[in-house]
Formats: sequence, C-alpha cells, structure tokens
Amino acid sequence: MPIQYYIALASALFCIGVVGVLTRRNAIIVFMCIELMLNAVNLLLVAFSKMHYAKAAAAGAVTTAGTEGQLFVFFIMVVAAAEVSVGLAIIVMMYRNVHSVDVNFLNRLKN
Amino acid sequence: MNKLVYLVPLFPLAGFLINGLLRKSLSKGIIGFIGSAAILASFVVSLVLFFQVKGSGAAIPVEPLFTFINADTFKIDFAFQVDQLSSLFLLIITGVGFLIHVYSAAYMHEEPEQHVGRYFAYLNLFVFSMLLLVMGANYVIMFIGWEGVGLCSYLLIGYWFKNNDYNYAAKKAFIMNRIGDLGFLLAVFWLLSKLGTVSFNEVFPQVSRLTPTDITGITVLLFVGAMGKSAQIPLYTWLPDAMAGPTPVSALIHAATMVTAGIYMVARSNALYSLSEVAQHLVAIVGIATALLSATIAIKQNDIKKVLAYSTVSQLGYMFLGLGVGAYTGAVFHVMTHAFFKALLFLGAGSVIHAMHHEQDIRNMGGLKKHLPATHWTFLLACIAISGIPPFSGFFSKDEILAAAYAHSPVYWVLGVIGAAMTAFYMFRLYATTFLGQFRGTHEQEHHLHESPKAMTIPLIILAVLSVIGGMVGVPEVLGGHHELHAFLAPVLTTETHHEISHSTEYALMGISVAVAAVAIFIAVSKYSKKPELGEPAGFGKVLADKWYIDELYNNIIVKPLGALAGVLKNVVEKSGIDGAVNGVGRFVKYSARQLRLLQSGQVGGYILFMVLSIVVLFLLFWNQAMITQFLNKIF
Repeated sequence: MPIQYYIALASALFCIGVVGVLTRRNAIIVFMCIELMLNAVNLLLVAFSKMHYAKAAAAGAVTTAGTEGQLFVFFIMVVAAAEVSVGLAIIVMMYRNVHSVDVNFLNRLKN
Repeated sequence: MNKLVYLVPLFPLAGFLINGLLRKSLSKGIIGFIGSAAILASFVVSLVLFFQVKGSGAAIPVEPLFTFINADTFKIDFAFQVDQLSSLFLLIITGVGFLIHVYSAAYMHEEPEQHVGRYFAYLNLFVFSMLLLVMGANYVIMFIGWEGVGLCSYLLIGYWFKNNDYNYAAKKAFIMNRIGDLGFLLAVFWLLSKLGTVSFNEVFPQVSRLTPTDITGITVLLFVGAMGKSAQIPLYTWLPDAMAGPTPVSALIHAATMVTAGIYMVARSNALYSLSEVAQHLVAIVGIATALLSATIAIKQNDIKKVLAYSTVSQLGYMFLGLGVGAYTGAVFHVMTHAFFKALLFLGAGSVIHAMHHEQDIRNMGGLKKHLPATHWTFLLACIAISGIPPFSGFFSKDEILAAAYAHSPVYWVLGVIGAAMTAFYMFRLYATTFLGQFRGTHEQEHHLHESPKAMTIPLIILAVLSVIGGMVGVPEVLGGHHELHAFLAPVLTTETHHEISHSTEYALMGISVAVAAVAIFIAVSKYSKKPELGEPAGFGKVLADKWYIDELYNNIIVKPLGALAGVLKNVVEKSGIDGAVNGVGRFVKYSARQLRLLQSGQVGGYILFMVLSIVVLFLLFWNQAMITQFLNKIF
C-alpha cells in the first residue's frame, strides 16, 4: 500500500482528535480524543519506519533502518498509559468533588 | 622665592575652609580674627612680592601648578603670574580687603554666630577668587576667578536670604554677570581657535597673526564680559540693586575690587585693544555714556547706598573712558584711588547706617556731623577726593584720564568735565544732606546716635589717609612729579598712547575741571545744607529718581516677553504637547492591555483553539516562506 494512504488516515484521525478536544466538554471524551491524536502519530511513525526499512532492504543490505520509529512508538505508548492512569485518577477525583466531568465547569481559578 | 606666590591665594582659601566648615563651633570673635588674619597674611606676602617686582623691574617667574586642560593640540596650565599690573592689584585687593574685613568684624557683630561664619567664609572665598583673577597667567584661570567673584557676589548680595527682594537682587546680579561672561567665554574660544593658546605671554607677542576682524571680534566680546562685571551700559542695572548686601560687602565687592575686574582685564589685554579702533571707540563711548547716565541718576537718589552705587557705576565709566582713549595707566590709577575713596565712602555710609539703626534714607538724617565726628571727617575727605580737588588722590587720576580724553577728542573731555561736575554735585548733596543741617530722624534714633567702635573707625581713618595721599604715586610731570606709577606699569602696558599736550593747555584743562567741581560743590553745599529736598521729586527730577525707567524698560522688552514665551512653552507646548504625548502612550498601552485581557477567558478550549490556529498559521507561513520573502523584498 502506498505511504499516502497511511498519511491520509493518520491526518484524518489527528484532525478528529483535535476537533474533539476543541468541541467536547466531557472530560472523558476529551481524554479519548487526546488518545486518538497520540495514536494517529503512532500510526504515522510505524508507517514511515516500515517505509524506510523497505527502501534499505530493497537496496540489498542487512539493515536496522527505521528502528527508531518503532522505538518512539513504544515510548509514546508507555507515556500515554502513564498519562491515562494519572488523568483518569484526576477525573475520578474531580467527579467526586463537583459531581461533574464537564471541563468548562473547571474554570474557578479564573480572576 | 617664587613659591611665595602660591601663598597669596592660599591664605584666603584656608580662611574660607576654616570659617565655612567650623562656622557653627567657632565664636564670632575667632571667626572675624581668622577671616581678617588670612587677608592680612596675604597682604604681607603681596607686599613682599610687590617690592620684589619693583626692585627687579620684571615679572616674577612662576612655575605652573599643574596642567589644567590637556587636549591634543593645546594645553592650558593652571599657572600664576605676578607682574607689575597684578602685583598692584594684589596690594589693592588684599590691602583694602583687609581693612574691610576688620570693619566687618565689628559691623556684623549683631548677627548670629553661624551667619557670621558664613559671611566671613564667603568674603574670604571672594578674595581668593579675586586673587585668582588677577594672578592667572592665562584667560582661563582669569575666567575661573571671574566666575568665582560673580558667585561670591551673588552669595553675599543674598546674605540676608530671608528677604525675597534681596534674593531677587542677587539673582539679577548673577544673571546680568552671566550675560557678560558669555561674551568673555566666546572671546576666549575665539582666541583659542585662532592662536591655539590663551596664555598672556604667548598671546600678546602673536597678535600680529590675527586679522583685524578677529581682533575686533575678540576685544568687543571681551568688553561684553567687562560690561557685565564692571556694570557698564547696558548691563549696569544690577550694581545699584546689589546694595541689598551688607554694607562692607558693597564696599569690598561692588565698589573697590570686583567691579574693577573689567578694567583689569582690558588693561591686561591692552595689546589687543590698541589694535582695534572700533573696540577702543566702543569702550570709550560706552564708558562716557555710563559715566553721564549714572551721574544724572545719582543726583536724585535718596538712599545713601544707592547714591554711592550710581557713583561707582559712573566712576567705572570714567575708567573705561580712560581705557578707550589709550590711557591704560590712568585707568589703573583711577582703579587704585577709587578703591581707596569709594571703599571709604561705603564704610562711612555703613558707619552712618549702623549709628542710625539700619536707616538708609538720607532724608531722615542730617546734622550727623557732631554725633559721628570720625565718620564725618573721613567721609568729607572722601567726597573731596572723588570730586577731584587737588591735591587729593581723585584729582590726579581723574585728571590723567581727562587729559588723555582731551588729546583724543575734546568732546570726550567736555562730557567728562560735565560728569565730574555732576559727581562733585551729588557727592556734596549727599554729604550736606547727611551730615549738615538739623537732625530729621526720630527722637529715639537721635538718642541712640553714637560713633562707631574703633574697629570701624580705624579702617576709615587709614582709608582716608590713603584717599588723601594716594595720588602722590602718579603726580604728572606738568606739576613737577615723575608719575612713578606710569614708569612702574610701563613694562605691562606697552601699548599706552602717549599724548603730547602743551603744558599751558594742561594747566588750563586742570584749572577748568577743578573750577567746575568747586562751583558744583559750592552750589550743592549751599543748597542742601540748609534746606534739603525732603519731598518726592516731581517733573524731570522724578525721571532721574526713577533711574530713567531703565529697569522698567528692561522689564518690558526683555523680562516680560521672555516670561510670556516661557508661559506659552509651559502651558501649550509642555502641557498639551509633551505631556500629551507621554500620557497618550501610557493611555494607549493601558487601553490595549484592557482589550487584550479579554482574551484570557479561563476557558481551556479557547486556549487550545488559539494554539491550534497558531500552529496552522505557522505551518502555512513555513510552506509559503519563499513567497513571503519575495513579497517583502518587493515592498522594501
């Protein structure tokens, strides 16, 4: 499959994520949209990694080209997992305190 | 031996520092003693120097103290020089200065202690500056002294600083002097740019290198300086107002020494002045005009010090007349004799004011002859001396100037004699109104009338002796003298004009001027001893009493337009222009800050939207970089 397809899919996912973060008020949905953006980036990284490896292999050498992309993906997944656990904990605490998960409700530090 | 020269200004400087710094802890007696002793020490050293110069007939060589200004091509040393002219001035300044210091110690004893300290500190600083002025070996050092005496004059006129009129008089004197100083400074710059040096020893031999325009420009500008310092038309109005200061100050600064600085400077620069006809005519015309104008004003003044002040302006005019017609020795001679009798007159007036408890209006005096015998006799001698009656000192010096003026142009002589007649008239009007007739003050004043203490009368007596015999150093040859002063000053005043007048003419000139003065004295005494004018003057007399309305004229044509201009600048340019711009910037920043603040709404979504939009814009810019660069290149 050509690389453009992957790019198009990742861009579409990323834009959905951005729009979701901007428009939705439910903290959990906002959270999910962030995950969506992260995974769009992951998809791109993996796709480019594969592309570079294919190019180097086609040249006929035993190569490690494109490994960095895969490595970054692991990092992102780990960080995302950690972030989700902290973020969900915050959301739970927030729900306990204000009985709501509406992000617009959380503007009390204003002024 | 020439290290001795440094001592002359050092003593007054030390006196200034001690009295100035310790004014709160020293007693009045000690302050007066230190102040007077410093000047006496200077006087003794000056005497030694004077006889050294007189004996050797040459200037004392003095090493420069240090380099004052060193800038690439020119170098100005902080250097002194003591030659015939400056040694004579040293004697006048320290000698008369010492007597006035002694007198002051008694005159000021009613003042509170720290004010006496301040007074003597200023007085010593004045003497120091004046010594710097006459001892400087170049125009820059002279200018330092020139400014210093102006400052001290300001400080001492405003000595009673709680009186606003006095402060106003002090400011007036300072500003008038500053106008003149500007001329002096420009002349120094001009000299520096043309010759690259301001040292007297280097400038005068090189005058031939200057073009006539340069010489005229420099001398006229220097004379502007002299106009300010020596109170000549048009800058003379500060001197009568300067009488706000204590009377000994008037005697020292505004009669005997500071105001003669202009004469000294012109006499010192005689090599320059003699090469410029224009400048010489200007000096002579301004001099005689000032002499006549102020003499007319003096006739109708009723304040004892004002009469003397206008008389000083008038006598300074005579000196400038002498300088203008090339009689430099005559002018310096008149400076010397004038220092004696004018200091005496002022100190005598101080003694009268002291006895009358600060009454200065001569209409309230009269008949003081029997109450103040010492003051009366010394004052009378001074009046005779200033009127030019032989063989008193004023006769010789004034006669020398008048003879030189006659040789130059008889018109000057006629005007000079008219001035001399007026001088004799107003001096004896003052004398007769003050000392003769009946006492016209209050009973209380009459009861308290007393002769001044010894510390005041002894300086009066010494000055009276000098006023009487001071002329003997310059007896002209026609009267069988040798004119020693002339021979003494000849090495410095090299360009003196020598007039050849026949002896018979000279006798006639003397005879006429003495006769005119004698008649004026007779009229004044007979008119005012019995029936002094007590009322307000009317008609032309009022014009004279109001000083020809010159002050009002200056006020209207200079002070008021300047005030109006300042008002416009303050109210229009400053308030709406500059303030508007400054406050406008402030208001704009405040306004835009208030508007921008609204962006910070506290809605996280809004922030993220801005972030996303900014990133999108950045991407667009990045992709279109080439296009944007091209576009910018097209514009700029």
